[in-house]
Amino acid sequence: MVKWIRNHIRNIVQICFTALTNGYAAGFVKGTIYKGDFKLICVPGLNCYSCPGALGSCPIGSFQAVVTSRNHFFSFYVVGFLLLFGALLGRFVCGWLCPFGLVQDLLHKIPFPKKLKKLPGDRILKFLKYIILIGFVVILPITVVDLVGQGQPWFCKYICPSGTLFGGIPLIAANPSLQSALSWLFTWKMVLLVILLFLSVVVYRPFCRYICPLGAVYSLFNPIAFYRYTVKKDKCTGCKACQSDCPMYIPVYKTPNSLECIRCGKCKNTCPHQAICSSFLKNDESEKIKRGNF
Amino acid sequence: MILFRRNIISVALILIGVSFLVLGVWQEETEQVFRKAVNICMECIGLG
Repeated sequence: MVKWIRNHIRNIVQICFTALTNGYAAGFVKGTIYKGDFKLICVPGLNCYSCPGALGSCPIGSFQAVVTSRNHFFSFYVVGFLLLFGALLGRFVCGWLCPFGLVQDLLHKIPFPKKLKKLPGDRILKFLKYIILIGFVVILPITVVDLVGQGQPWFCKYICPSGTLFGGIPLIAANPSLQSALSWLFTWKMVLLVILLFLSVVVYRPFCRYICPLGAVYSLFNPIAFYRYTVKKDKCTGCKACQSDCPMYIPVYKTPNSLECIRCGKCKNTCPHQAICSSFLKNDESEKIKRGNF
Repeated sequence: MILFRRNIISVALILIGVSFLVLGVWQEETEQVFRKAVNICMECIGLG
């Protein structure tokens, strides 16, 4: 039992955190959303605030909500929140605390004849999330405004599959008044969602790798966050066991703090020489490791 | 003290983050977040 828990600790934490931050069960039954004071607070992962169960706010949605208002051009509140979580944990949030990450993890457990380590064009595609962050989360919501100076949440409106899955589908299923408002936009978002869910079966976490703007933000903190990985040079033989077992296919022995690493911890368990360790403190050994980016 | 010196960038970012959070609350950005979050976001769920 203890061994089983140890082997599944990440999934257990993901499920518990998702249940904790989406615990408003009445919302699913009534087809409504939680309207209490906790909605002031952002959650660290991509968690649509229009999910019937959501108790907190999505940082990406919140950022767009602030910058599209007429009173603000920048959100110190949300950026401060991201700096805080990013500097403490980096992409640990993606691996352990994100509900949409959990969905992708579970889907990837479904057997498929040919699983891929990465999509063709991975080297270029992984920059797409930074373009989406700058374009759809920052520039378009701020610059494209209507006559009264109001912008739109471009990422939420045209891309976010988390909003469709956790917000759109349960709300529309339980709320007949919303069903009459269905349009081409919902069809577009459903197509995107279905493609992403299918890709999640074939390749590990395609949304996190190529699209997620929140992952793009946290990735920049990986090399400098308090929580970091270290490779003990005296123990590492360069056997590449860490890379071949890494779901994101990162050469951990070379770049333990890669921007793509979601801190799942698989490499630490795989390493036959126990050369990879993680800690909240930067120790002397990690000083010697060249900080890699990819 | 050694911990702070070795993680100087992370500590600086956390301090900036906390300052930004306070500034955001002072500028009443939380009200904007709250107002958006307690109403069903039609854009987010794909209804435009």
